[in-house]
Amino acid sequence: MSESLRLLKRIWAFVRREHLDDDLEDELAAHLQFAIDDNIARGMTPTEARRAALISIGGMDHARYKHREARGFMTLDIFKQDFKYTLRTLWHDPSFTVVAVLILALAIGANIAVFSVVNTLLLRPLPFPNAHELVWIAPPPTKCGMSCATYSTDAYDEFRTNSRSYQDVTGYFAFSGADNLSLNLGGAPLPATSIDVIQNFFQVLGVQAQMGRVFTPEDARNGAAPVVLLSNAWWKRQFNADPKIVGKAFDMNGKQTTVIGVLPASFDFGAVFAPGTKVDAITPLNLYGPPRNWGNIITLIGRTKPGITLGQAVDEAVRVAPTMCWNNRFPESCGNYKGAVVPVPLKDYIGGKLRRSLIVLWSAVGAILLIACVNLSNLLLARAAARAKEFAMRGALGASRGRIVRQLLTESLVLSSMGAIFGFMLAAVLVEWLAHQGAIALPLLSTLHMDGAALGWTVLISFFSATIFGIVPGLRMAGGNVYESLKDAGPGASASRKHERIRSVLVVSEVALACMLLVGAGLLLRSFVNVLKVDLGFEPDHAAAIKVDYDDNVPNDKDGSLSSQKRGVIFQQILTRIGSLPGVEAAGFTDYLPLGQNRSWGLPYPKGLKPPQGVDGPLVYVITPGYMRAMGTPIRGRDFAWSDAPKGEQVVMINKSFAQYLANLNAWSDRDALNKPLGNGGGPDLHIVGIVDDVHEENVDGDAGWQIYYPMTQAGPSAAELVVRTRMNPSMLAGPVLASLREMNPKQPANEFRPIRLLVNHAVSGRQFFMLLVVSFAGLGLLLAALGIYGVISYSVTRQTQEIGIRMALGATAGHVRGRILRSTLQLALVGIVIGVGASLAGAKLIAALLFGTSPWDAITYGSMALLLLMIAALSGYIPAFRASRINPTVALRTN
Amino acid sequence: MSPEKLDLLQGTLDLMVLQTLTVMGSMHGYGIARRIEQVSADEVLLNQGTIYASLVRLEQRGWISSHWGTSDNNRKAKFYAITATGKRQLAADARYWERLKDVMERVLTMDKSAEGADA
Repeated sequence: MSESLRLLKRIWAFVRREHLDDDLEDELAAHLQFAIDDNIARGMTPTEARRAALISIGGMDHARYKHREARGFMTLDIFKQDFKYTLRTLWHDPSFTVVAVLILALAIGANIAVFSVVNTLLLRPLPFPNAHELVWIAPPPTKCGMSCATYSTDAYDEFRTNSRSYQDVTGYFAFSGADNLSLNLGGAPLPATSIDVIQNFFQVLGVQAQMGRVFTPEDARNGAAPVVLLSNAWWKRQFNADPKIVGKAFDMNGKQTTVIGVLPASFDFGAVFAPGTKVDAITPLNLYGPPRNWGNIITLIGRTKPGITLGQAVDEAVRVAPTMCWNNRFPESCGNYKGAVVPVPLKDYIGGKLRRSLIVLWSAVGAILLIACVNLSNLLLARAAARAKEFAMRGALGASRGRIVRQLLTESLVLSSMGAIFGFMLAAVLVEWLAHQGAIALPLLSTLHMDGAALGWTVLISFFSATIFGIVPGLRMAGGNVYESLKDAGPGASASRKHERIRSVLVVSEVALACMLLVGAGLLLRSFVNVLKVDLGFEPDHAAAIKVDYDDNVPNDKDGSLSSQKRGVIFQQILTRIGSLPGVEAAGFTDYLPLGQNRSWGLPYPKGLKPPQGVDGPLVYVITPGYMRAMGTPIRGRDFAWSDAPKGEQVVMINKSFAQYLANLNAWSDRDALNKPLGNGGGPDLHIVGIVDDVHEENVDGDAGWQIYYPMTQAGPSAAELVVRTRMNPSMLAGPVLASLREMNPKQPANEFRPIRLLVNHAVSGRQFFMLLVVSFAGLGLLLAALGIYGVISYSVTRQTQEIGIRMALGATAGHVRGRILRSTLQLALVGIVIGVGASLAGAKLIAALLFGTSPWDAITYGSMALLLLMIAALSGYIPAFRASRINPTVALRTN
Repeated sequence: MSPEKLDLLQGTLDLMVLQTLTVMGSMHGYGIARRIEQVSADEVLLNQGTIYASLVRLEQRGWISSHWGTSDNNRKAKFYAITATGKRQLAADARYWERLKDVMERVLTMDKSAEGADA
């Protein structure tokens, strides 16, 4: 009790020590006076009395010291002293201070920025209350895309009713594309993107409307009045953040739709569920209207009850899955979902794929920090060498070894703190910039921000780096022999040589680290180049796509053939018109573009054979004649024709992989799928009229799956994307194409005319992002290593000025001097490179999963990076070498 | 040559200060130091200055209190007085010292016969 009270008082005493010091001075003065008075009373002379009094006190300074020691914290006092002294010395050496702080700021800034990304994607919970309860419910990954990752309305209902583990289960419509909403405010319709969600979506996620309300079951009933929730960004951008927006109605897709609420800025549907896309509006999905018969359309998200473990939820899903039916009207479809209902934590679904990339990224910045620390160590050593006498003097005057180490560590701490402050600002700028890179397909990017954790991390790494880079020079200095340092008058002395050995070790480790970074960056870069070289199955350049509005509705159309006919007429007209625009080479429609959404409709199979269970069907695309030519995908056989009428022979095209699979079933004697009929689960046979190249439908770096193409005149498309191929820059066609579409259909919104190349860029943006980051870190590492080499070599040149002077006086040529210095530089670099290459070879496994078409032990990458590093080393050694060769022997010999 | 003065054991000075204040009442630092020197008949090695470390320690623990006042010869000085907690602490410390003294006495006066008696 009394001790904790005393602790508080001691801390308090540190704060008001000036007042207490004054108090003590008065007290000591009084004490001295009493003693003198007493002594004089005993008959001493005043001088004698004073002397005796001082002796009995035992030294005023000793008394003060003892008092302060008891009263407050000497550690704090000493730290304050050291701190003041450090600021003074750093102030007097601005070039050193600026370089050191800059190096640290870059390294620490990069670390904090990456930490923020890692924190957002891996460490921090998702931006929902009790986010750990949220699970993503989907089958294990398959090759039939979203159709196999989604569930039908009936299946959703069954799952929701039969599962006991969940507070509630929700989902959203997985197949809506960009620009699927057209907002009509008078004038040209404005394009926007909306998503249909099950009405309890926001309740399950725990998101409240910022204004107004979220959906209720009534909003999703048959015949309910159309309502919409606005994303915060769209509300600000399109509606000028109108504070009275709730309750207003607008013409959306031709229907008066009432705004019932505005979502908070913290909720960004795209950031969580559809990285790299923006979602402007959210509308309720009517499960019991037409979607009932659309098949697999809903992605499932559940919120487990408190206390339910993932294992329990998984077990239950295994029990419930067999009772789920694709469509309750077809009892044979019950049990289709067996083994295809697996809950995983929502967080793992969103960020799990990036774990490996983020770990690599984190290691890369860690290496940068180490390199920076080594560099700083080197700088401090050089400085310490210059200050050796100062420390020797302090040692001689009684400073203990610990006291000197403490002083040096305080300096390190001050430097790293300044670096951390600037680094934090740098990271804040970087993070802010990253958060606005909407085009990068990384989840949660827009929720990036600096927070308390980032601040904590900053403090942690600045302490860590201060210790790392301060300890070697500190021990070095404090361990030095006082007499030798005082004696050590000039170059060539043994202490300096020892110094140089340490510095060489530091440079070697720096080069080794930089080498590892470079190899990693090289491998990622080469992978990226390989990804760009992938044959996509289509030509992304010189083509662009725009979403087209059309109305193929025909009243009383029983089997859909009238509407197919009408659609054919509309599309043919549009294509004729667009095809006649100058510069257009080819044009065609598809409902889904590659590298975007996809779906499948089951598995068509050679007639006469029984389709197997558990084989995923091909991805389905509904297209018009001319689409393949517009995309640049070659066809073997024939393209669809406008004469492929709704009631005529049903035709399809399939891709090579699917054709290969079908041919290998041995149903056909010539083992060629072209011009063969396929059975289609009871429907009319499908005749394969063409076989096309494999198109990368989901990603660039994966394998292409199976694809099947239906003509728009025979199958219903879910949207219409007009693809136009031109010899010109596609953007030059944007105006004429939109104008033509408008002329034919005034309701055509001003949708974006997107170059197909953008789709590819978007698909590789995540890989590109990581590659660019690692490459820039490697560049930074290379720069720091070069600085390190330069520092060491130029220091040793300075130290050897006299020796070089003597050599030159004795006839050494400039070339000889240069060669000698370059040789020692390359020696250091080579040792570093050998160690670095060795470490890279050993650690390459870590990065292997991120590579594409590149071996983790790719000789070309290793070789070229080693060469690059060697060249940079030679360059940074050449500058001091050149300076050395210009030394004037007479001047050199005169100094010292 | 006078015999060497006694080094003060850790904590003994604090105890002496408390006892002095109990007996003498409110006193200033010099007075306490002189009093201890007189009582110990100059047998302990006391740098008078170290008394101030002891005083600040005791005050922070709440065992003594201080105030500025004037001495008999009209000088400004800081006066210390023992508090109620200080008195309790002194009693406890004094008991401890008594016991320690007894134990030390027995240890230092032990002889061989004690060993056999015990067994």
